[in-house]
Amino acid sequence: MKKSLLFTLFLVSGFRVFAQETFPVNGVQDQRPDLYAFTHATIFVNAETVLQNATLVIRGKKIESVGTAVQIPQGAVVTDLKGKFIYPAFIDAFTSYGLPEIKAGARSFRATPQFLSSKKGAYNWNEAIVPEYDAKSYFQVDEKKAADLRKLGFGAVNVVNRDGIARGTSAFVTLANGKENEVIANDRTSSNYSFSKGTSTQDYPSALMGCIALLRQTYYDVRWYKASANKTDFNISLDELNKQQTIPQIFEVDNVLDILRADKIGDEFGVQYIFKSGGDEYKRLDKVKATNGALIVPLNFPKPYEVEDPYEAMQINLSQLKNWELAPSNPGQLEKAGIKFSITSGDGQDFWENLRKAIDNGLSEKQALKALTETPAELLNVTDKVGSLKTGMYANFIITSANLFKKDNLILENWVQGQRLIVNNASQVDLRGLYNLKIESLPTVKLTFSGKSAFVNETSIQLDTVKAKPVVSRLNEMLNFNFSLKNLTKGNIALSGYISNNEPLQLKGTAVLADGKSVSWVADWTEAAKENQKSEDPKPEQALGTITYPFIAFGFKELPKAEKLLIKNVTVWTNEKEGKLENTDVLLDGGKIVQLGKNLSVSGAKEIDGTGKHLTAGIIDEHSHIAISRGINEGTQSVTSEVRIGDIINSEDINIYRQLAGGVTSSHILHGSANVIGGQTQLIKLRWGKSPEELKFENSDGFIKFALGENVKQANWGENQRYRFPQTRMGVEQVLVDAFQRAKEYQKQWDGYNKSKSGVAPRKDLELDALVEILNKKRFITCHSYVQSEINMLMHVADSMGFKVNTFTHILEGYKVADKIKAHGAAGSTFSDWWAYKMEVKDAIPYNGAIMHSTGLLVAFNSDDAEMARRLNQEAAKAVKYGDVSEEEAWKFVTLNPAKMLHVDNKVGSIKVGKDADVVLWSASPLSVYAKAEKTIVDGIVYFDIDRDKQLQADVKAERARIIQKMIDAKTKGEKTQKPMRELAFDYHCDSEYHFGGTESDADYNYRYGLEHKENQH
Amino acid sequence: MKKRYLTIIFFALAALSAEAQIPVPAPKQTKAIAVVGATIHVGNGTVINNGTVVFENGKITSVGTGVNVPANATVIDGKGKDVYPGLIAPNTVLGLVEVEAVRSTNDDAEVGSINPNVRSLISYNSDSDVPSTVRSNGVLLAEVVPQGGLISGTSSVVQLDAWNWEDAAYVADNVVHLNWPTMSNTAGGAPADQQKEQREKSLQLLSSYFSQAQAYAQLPNPAVKNLKFEAMKGVFTGAKRLFISANSAKEILAAVTFAKAYKISPVIVGAEEAFLLLPFLKENNVQLLIERVHSLPGREDNDVDQPYKLAMQLNDAGILYGLSLDGFWQQRNLPFMAGTTVAYGVEKEKALSSITLNTAKILGIDRITGSIEAGKDANLLIVKGDLLDMKDSNVEQAYIQGRQIDLNNKQKLLMRKFSDKYSMQ
Repeated sequence: MKKSLLFTLFLVSGFRVFAQETFPVNGVQDQRPDLYAFTHATIFVNAETVLQNATLVIRGKKIESVGTAVQIPQGAVVTDLKGKFIYPAFIDAFTSYGLPEIKAGARSFRATPQFLSSKKGAYNWNEAIVPEYDAKSYFQVDEKKAADLRKLGFGAVNVVNRDGIARGTSAFVTLANGKENEVIANDRTSSNYSFSKGTSTQDYPSALMGCIALLRQTYYDVRWYKASANKTDFNISLDELNKQQTIPQIFEVDNVLDILRADKIGDEFGVQYIFKSGGDEYKRLDKVKATNGALIVPLNFPKPYEVEDPYEAMQINLSQLKNWELAPSNPGQLEKAGIKFSITSGDGQDFWENLRKAIDNGLSEKQALKALTETPAELLNVTDKVGSLKTGMYANFIITSANLFKKDNLILENWVQGQRLIVNNASQVDLRGLYNLKIESLPTVKLTFSGKSAFVNETSIQLDTVKAKPVVSRLNEMLNFNFSLKNLTKGNIALSGYISNNEPLQLKGTAVLADGKSVSWVADWTEAAKENQKSEDPKPEQALGTITYPFIAFGFKELPKAEKLLIKNVTVWTNEKEGKLENTDVLLDGGKIVQLGKNLSVSGAKEIDGTGKHLTAGIIDEHSHIAISRGINEGTQSVTSEVRIGDIINSEDINIYRQLAGGVTSSHILHGSANVIGGQTQLIKLRWGKSPEELKFENSDGFIKFALGENVKQANWGENQRYRFPQTRMGVEQVLVDAFQRAKEYQKQWDGYNKSKSGVAPRKDLELDALVEILNKKRFITCHSYVQSEINMLMHVADSMGFKVNTFTHILEGYKVADKIKAHGAAGSTFSDWWAYKMEVKDAIPYNGAIMHSTGLLVAFNSDDAEMARRLNQEAAKAVKYGDVSEEEAWKFVTLNPAKMLHVDNKVGSIKVGKDADVVLWSASPLSVYAKAEKTIVDGIVYFDIDRDKQLQADVKAERARIIQKMIDAKTKGEKTQKPMRELAFDYHCDSEYHFGGTESDADYNYRYGLEHKENQH
Repeated sequence: MKKRYLTIIFFALAALSAEAQIPVPAPKQTKAIAVVGATIHVGNGTVINNGTVVFENGKITSVGTGVNVPANATVIDGKGKDVYPGLIAPNTVLGLVEVEAVRSTNDDAEVGSINPNVRSLISYNSDSDVPSTVRSNGVLLAEVVPQGGLISGTSSVVQLDAWNWEDAAYVADNVVHLNWPTMSNTAGGAPADQQKEQREKSLQLLSSYFSQAQAYAQLPNPAVKNLKFEAMKGVFTGAKRLFISANSAKEILAAVTFAKAYKISPVIVGAEEAFLLLPFLKENNVQLLIERVHSLPGREDNDVDQPYKLAMQLNDAGILYGLSLDGFWQQRNLPFMAGTTVAYGVEKEKALSSITLNTAKILGIDRITGSIEAGKDANLLIVKGDLLDMKDSNVEQAYIQGRQIDLNNKQKLLMRKFSDKYSMQ
């Protein structure tokens, strides 16, 4: 039965919209009382208060009174709502309703660079900072979209510009029709933010960490701008941003980790954001709660994938499968955790279906109503206007046929500011029942009208004696049907008619037969239609999968704890003066190495037999790019010391687990090498399952990535990249000299200010702050470098500017200038045997590590590659092969030496009493190609265990199979599905660039040192 | 006296300048050589302890324990040494690429999607700096493969000690390379329907091309010679092998089924998800070249050690496979790929086969090389230590067709130059 359009009439009462006070009238004035009383209804004043048999009176745009003893004023239009319900209309705290469509920037990222904003006027230097955007000035009523939202039950929305990092102020509007003047309820509801640069065509920022740095710098700029009495330049953007600090601050994020990132910035500046979330907060519920931020959550539950084909099913990761299953439980879990949240309509798709799904998955009806009414009103400070039904508030309410959340409930009417929208016509006669239909000259047939409810806009008829497929339409009392009675007459019979009597129902009219003859017909009601409705579907079984940490394959159901472990009779590579100790016992307790000795016996310790095995300190990767989100390079400017890898750590990266399986316990996550002074680095421990902040290596010195040579001069970036300074090694030197010159002058400015404490403080510049830290030995350099000339150059710049280079990384020609590096006091962290992937590595040799080592330099081997990091032990062995480094010294290349370079050798890097219990148990000599890491322990916690891994592998397969089966069932039951698409893994190297906004493609920029992964070549 | 002095200087200079170049190719074997008392890893899975191998005029004449050493032979004491077959690196761009990022040094990928007539051999640069760094680790033969497109071209097997490509040609033009189109939708690209359409188009193109090529191959005297079809002929007559790059299970299935329809028994290159198709591969007698044991698992949910244990899975299923490494300079790590497969369940001698005899079989050259057996070319290595373990792999001597090659390379020269610099300070 097709839905009949004619039943759905979107009538605006009286075909009239509001009249505006200040506007002239063409003709005579048409002011009306607009007084309505709704009686005998069940009224939900709010989620807590329910009034039975109550009355609601509205006058004009507002509520005049609500209650059980309300006097109906004279002249009111009275509607009896016996058996029906009234609720406050919903509020969506996050929409782009009524704003012009956002058109993506036209510039391709391969175009020549754009360093500054192209926006004309006295605005901010960066196009992604647009706090001057005020939604009220752009907002236009959109009747069609308003009607769509009202049909769902919404009555008012917050209008947010979803473009840019600082996006300006939003307006709170009702969904009434009419002139914008009357619809805007609050012109500055919230100040809005995100991590997406949106349509900005400016190059900076290109990576997530750049977006974060830009926002952070902007906050400092705002403070400075406010404090500066005698401004040298006027800045509309900073001025505006300043003014909007006291209203609610809404931060739109994509996923749960972004909530934590945004909250961290908020904490730095005393701002508590409300988060427009991605709907996956259940993945890290406790961390979300700890932000104290309220949420605006979408009901964007993924559709099941088409997974009948087992090979296609493989395209979908376990995390995606699990998210399909668990996303609908997100609102319920937020409720249980006591996190304040409102619900947004998102794109409105499947809103009610998803809302009911959320309720089936643990969200209480009360909380659901709250999240759609009071909570958004509270978040937006508009509780005086909307969110509940009280005198003086907007007449924004919905009338429903039953309890709002009941399966067959219908929204009958949606009133906004006293404007009525009929969603389902409740006043029309219920035609359902059995009739005898007599068409003149034809035998009597039986006719059935059925439908889910009296008001539902669909009706069917059945002719039980003959097969017929009628077409029915109805406009109030007028009816039309069209059908053929194959066994009785030829061709179609068209009936038109009307309701001729109400009790009992009788329908009458004229029929036109196939031969064109008009005859009369009459249908007499005989009995009620048989209830043929299926009983409500039983609630879905609550057999949901468990949340794992991290929320991907091989995640832990429960995080492992530190154990008291006694490893017995093992060969210990101490990396200390004791060297290799045979048949030794090692006790780990409280996360530390507690005791080494022979035949130890410790009560309460779990014993591990180490016979024939080797125990070493965990591998430390000096140069890694794993476990980060959305971009390893902020390569859009030559100096980006303001960006921080620590801002974008991604705890949900499978490479953490894979590398644990290769014996890695700590990784130094570096910014890429796309520019001379890159970002601040982050040392992490591979605590699989912990949150990003918990991965950070506590109390370790800050480092920063520098880079020289081909990458920073954009030698391999294509013909369109010939503009950014520098393009030669000559320019690289000047960038460095200039940066440190500026840093020194900046420090002088601050020193002067700090001494005098008079006047305005200088502008805080995060870029220069980081360089000042270097000059003050508070931050340390690891510099990507290849050829001897540039290595030499940097040391000269360092000497002349008064700083030291801590580590040269890559440093493939280090063997040519090892003496000079030694004199400078820097260390070398290199590859074992990479070469020939670009011109500047033509003279790279696998003996580099050994030669540098032989001259007394501190030498490490690093990975710069998620694959190689899994077998750095084998790379260390290459120092034995190429250059005859002793085995114990070679082993230090991947353990103690990088620990020293990173200034954490007091905690890790060797097996020594008192150090962190970051150790690896190997099946054979760790330098052997035949060795496997059997247990990788960080802080005394066994994060990788080769036997447990077997179990986890089986678990992954079983869990996949379970959910796939469930998905197939869902599809069979008729749920809409989506096609699987393979997400390509993207592993960052130091010259990988990530662009987001527009059509992003990681692979495009993915020049990979000749280590292409096959899957990216398809 | 003066003249003699000059001569000495001249020779000293000559030696120096020779050192600055890549090593000089070795002359033909003129005298029989016998390695006596060594552990001989035959390459076919067997080991001969305290064995002797004799080779003459470039060919192995006898191998075993009770072998007669010819009177005129140069005898090498093999005590404490291991003798291995020379390693074969298939599926590489060695000699086609000198510096990856420098376009002018890249001769590996031609324009167009169907280029069976394109021959890698003539592009092989015997003066490249790279091959000598690879053979120092035991790789003596390489299959040099054109890249890109659907049918990327015809490869040849070269030996890595040559004056020019003619010299280097070991077996010319013996394999045609096909890159199987991707069989699944990838996120971030075109909509699913479009991707599917594109895929079907490629597959249709491919099958109509093969059908035409097959028909053409039956023409005794085509009126118009089609260079591409001419190059394809051997694939249907059996003179050339067909290597198909395919990684996902779906691609492998499709590729094998496709080849079977043309009565071609293909070699699957890449074969990342072959572990999902073991009975199918066995049943169809498919040979495989695993690409890069040292890889990350192709999917987030895959077993962490999947790429490491793929060889074991194939081995246990009785499927013939060899190991390869894409790239060029990377070939020097080929023995260590085999080493890793040992750590993950392959018996050592079998792992050796996967970089010697199996590869020779896959390339169709096992009659002449791939193992240390009488009648085959004397391509072999004398090693101190375990060839497959970087910790103690030390290739001391290497012979290609009986010629003892110079194991020096540019990198060793640079090492000496700068080590000397510091020892002089």
